[in-house]
Amino acid sequence: MEWFTITIDGREVSVPKGTTVLEACRMNNIPVPTLCHDPELTPSGACRLCVVQIEGMRNLPPSCVTQVAQGMKIETQNPKVRAARKTILELLVANHPLDCMTCEKMGNCSLAEYAYEYGVKGDVFAGEKRDLPVDNANPFIIRDPNKCILCGKCIKACTEIQGKSRLDFSFRGFNTQVGPAYNIPLNESDCDFCGSCVSVCPVGALTEKQMAGKGRPWEVTKVQTTCPFCGVGCNFDLNVKDGQVIGVTSNPQAPVNGKALCVKGRFGMDMIYSSRRVTTPLIRKDGVLVPAEWDEALDLVASKFREIKDAYGPNALAALSSAHCTNEENYLMQKFMRAVIGTNNVDHCART
Amino acid sequence: MAENQKILVCAGTGCASSGALPIIDILKEEIKRQGLEETVTIVGTGCQGFCEKGPTIVIEPQHVLYTRVQGEDIAEIVASDVMKGERVERLLLLDTETQKPVTKMSDIRFFAKQHRIVLKNCGVIDPQRIQDYTLRDGYKALEKVLKEMKPNDVIEEVKKSGLRGRGGAGFPTGLKWSFCQQTPSDKKYIICNADEGDPGAFMDRSVLEGDPHSVIEGMLIGAYAMGVDEGYVYCRAEYPLAIKHLSIAIKQAEEAGFLGDNIFNSGFNFRLKVFAGAGAFVCGEETALMASIEGKRGMPRVRPPFPAVSGLWGKPTNINNVETWSNIPHIIRHGAEWYAQFGTEKSKGTKIFALTGKVNNTGLVEVPMGTTLREIIFDIGGGIQNGKAFKAVQIGGPSGGCLPENMLDLSVDYETLTNAGAMVGSGGLVIMDETTCMVDIARFFVNFSQKESCGKCTPCREGNKRMYDILDKITKGEGKIEDLDTLENLALTIKETSLCGLGQNAPNPVLATLKYFRHEFEAHILEHKCPAHVCSALLSYSIDADKCKKCSLCAKNCPANCIKGDKNTPYVINQDECIKCGTCMDKCKFGAVSRS
Ligand SMILES: Cc1cc2nc3c(=O)[nH]c(=O)nc-3n(C[C@H](O)[C@H](O)[C@H](O)COP(=O)(O)O)c2cc1C
Ligand code: SF4
Ligand code: SF4
Ligand code: SF4
Ligand code: SF4
Ligand code: SF4
Ligand code: SF4
Ligand code: FES
Ligand code: FES
Repeated sequence: MEWFTITIDGREVSVPKGTTVLEACRMNNIPVPTLCHDPELTPSGACRLCVVQIEGMRNLPPSCVTQVAQGMKIETQNPKVRAARKTILELLVANHPLDCMTCEKMGNCSLAEYAYEYGVKGDVFAGEKRDLPVDNANPFIIRDPNKCILCGKCIKACTEIQGKSRLDFSFRGFNTQVGPAYNIPLNESDCDFCGSCVSVCPVGALTEKQMAGKGRPWEVTKVQTTCPFCGVGCNFDLNVKDGQVIGVTSNPQAPVNGKALCVKGRFGMDMIYSSRRVTTPLIRKDGVLVPAEWDEALDLVASKFREIKDAYGPNALAALSSAHCTNEENYLMQKFMRAVIGTNNVDHCART
Repeated sequence: MAENQKILVCAGTGCASSGALPIIDILKEEIKRQGLEETVTIVGTGCQGFCEKGPTIVIEPQHVLYTRVQGEDIAEIVASDVMKGERVERLLLLDTETQKPVTKMSDIRFFAKQHRIVLKNCGVIDPQRIQDYTLRDGYKALEKVLKEMKPNDVIEEVKKSGLRGRGGAGFPTGLKWSFCQQTPSDKKYIICNADEGDPGAFMDRSVLEGDPHSVIEGMLIGAYAMGVDEGYVYCRAEYPLAIKHLSIAIKQAEEAGFLGDNIFNSGFNFRLKVFAGAGAFVCGEETALMASIEGKRGMPRVRPPFPAVSGLWGKPTNINNVETWSNIPHIIRHGAEWYAQFGTEKSKGTKIFALTGKVNNTGLVEVPMGTTLREIIFDIGGGIQNGKAFKAVQIGGPSGGCLPENMLDLSVDYETLTNAGAMVGSGGLVIMDETTCMVDIARFFVNFSQKESCGKCTPCREGNKRMYDILDKITKGEGKIEDLDTLENLALTIKETSLCGLGQNAPNPVLATLKYFRHEFEAHILEHKCPAHVCSALLSYSIDADKCKKCSLCAKNCPANCIKGDKNTPYVINQDECIKCGTCMDKCKFGAVSRS
């Protein structure tokens, strides 16, 4: 691999060819603020918050889409760069409802974080603000276009992660918006409610409805776990407050799925507290399902299997397994049927 | 008269809108009635460049230009000029200085100082007939290239000519071609950018309407040089006549074997399609334009990769402006040296400008690069209307800047104008006189840019809106002197951090007016006065009681009904209700109403 020697804020570092300036900074623990960048998505260079100064380059190039070159001299924190970033934040905040106090994103919001860092109050360009209706018509996602900073990440997530392309920009200039075509509510669009868009939104424009009002980020413990719903085995974080699971958020480090989840994994975890959940084995006695111990239930199944096999032969039995199960579980099922019962009658719900 | 005559009737969009199309029919009738069909040909041409004076007619070989021709003038023109060689004086143009009618078109100041290369055929040939083009050496350059030149020779020739892109940025065309040529790929595209979104600019439309084959020939030559077999012309849908003429030209060129497979038996193939854009200014930006052709929302993307590496559908693509392509056949036919004799050291050839505003002659003007602004405005444009004083010239549309009187001797070329804070841009030249308010002008252009911003990047989307807000406040007399610093800092940040040329250049009109007309901003803020008497919030009308003859004319005409008085009391304006329309001042016959 070819390596380039570059200078960042007076520090000489080596990075591989093909690295962006932003990646080079991050590899070397040099902070650069970003709003539209996400390593899982194709770059767009839209928010312009990550600008830096590079010797010999015209204007202030955005670090997230500028490739390093041998000998490049980069400044990430000089007064000019900081002033430009501050102006960009001032502009965003000037067109933003500052209701951080009640905002779900508070404590986890990139805009608020950088506004704090750069001392941005929103008074420099005070003036007209958007006043658009909030889409709250579905059970999963609250979409508040007034808080949207138009970073475009949700659009890319929907297209590049979920493959749905439900979201895009509409209108121009100050009236630009991001949302489904014709601005219809999400539940009238062809949205899967996978929530990938929510997982990448840097601000409170897309939030999980289930978690609204249930707790602040600093009160929540994140517990990484595997989704029980299907065999894909996605990983995510259970958000736990006071011993209660209040919702699910993506864990970018998840090895199988990254930030992607499906509607069941992301929004179906309220089933934990469902009164209709089956939590013990049930045995039908005199037409009524009665709770039983595992041993009793398994003994009953085993004895019935034997009865049938003895009376009618192994081919009288068949097993159908489910996509809810992992590959390993499915493997065990067919092994059990073939080796223990002695039949090839196995099938799977996903086969049909 | 015995010799054959031609009557060139402009049928361009400008003249069509002032009534040229019925005139052609009337003229045909009249020629028939007089039995002159054998000797007189009538040609419906593209734009002759003098649209504001349309409908225009040129009679050849006498070389007479008649302007503002109406249907009822036709019989007289035919009877006197065509049949007897006697000029119809009342339809001739008056010389802007001597006020005498000018009989020869080439003596008209508007045309005398022009040098027409790209516009050579415009207004002269019938753009709907390929023969008209081939008779004037059309497609000879293509033949020469295919029979005598290697692709590299063509690129070298274009490089040597010094031609630079006419779409705004002035990038050397030959160099750009070499990038695309050198990117290996099984498929490449070329595009002609005919989006022409700058308010006031219409040279690209005129070339496509008046001489579409020159663009097709230019593209064919480029395609051969770069190894391309497919091209697009991206033309805004608001140009139906341009699209029509271009489509006819493409069809005729296909039938004649200039487009299609194995052109001139050389094995070279090229196909050309027209794509009608939906009219967003930002779709003129090359990456947004390509997204638009691909069926996506027209939004610019970060470069690199440049189109020469990854353009339309990810393939290497070369994109040039209409005027750039149209120059190519001339360069090939006459040679790079010939072309390079026009212009300055770094800006070669000619450039078409759309001259508009408060100048006597408005229209399309093609001059060698390096001509001074003064020559264009005063010699060709005939000076300022109604004897008013010149104040500023806005060059390059919403991306350009306003230059004051003391910069009139600047040479019009890429470097000089950019250094002065303006831009050649697409070639819009808006002339302003003393009645123009520069704060208002800056506000106008920023308003255009903020509305046309695609909304992708923060500084352009939000910043232009806030620049507009500040300028609007100043024109209303609500500005503070600190606002000027805020404005300037914001303008510089937008310039330095925006993604595409729209955002990077949108602050130019503000920065240039702040630089050259700061006193006007200060007058609005500190004295609450608009020196040009344009910003209505800063005007007040009052009636001088001594001069008022109590005629009541002002009161009767006031749309706000806010003037009170009677036979015995002089009339008085209620300032709270006055909407500052100025009607009272126009109506008063005794000069009793004044504005301050
Ligand atoms: C906002 C914006 C609008 C533009 N509009 C046009 C246009 O209408 N016509 C054009 O030829 N170039 C336009 N351009 C320039 C093109 O991006 C591109 O540079 C040009 O077509 C290249 O051709 P050239 O090298 O022949 O000038 C525009 C650029 C920007 C940033
Ligand atoms: S999105 Fe961020 S900045 Fe906006 S209100 Fe919520 S917490 Fe505050
Ligand atoms: S929930 Fe999924 S499908 Fe729906 S808009 Fe968001 S990313 Fe697209
Ligand atoms: S909704 Fe969120 S992710 Fe989507 S554009 Fe707006 S701020 Fe970005
Ligand atoms: S149910 Fe959805 S989130 Fe859960 S593992 Fe399957 S795909 Fe992943
Ligand atoms: S500069 Fe303006 S037009 Fe260009 S990408 Fe940014 S928002 Fe869009
Ligand atoms: S300026 Fe117009 S509104 Fe005001 S007093 Fe005169 S006529 Fe009436
Ligand atoms: S993070 Fe680089 S432009 Fe948004
Ligand atoms: S359209 Fe007739 S002179 Fe321009």
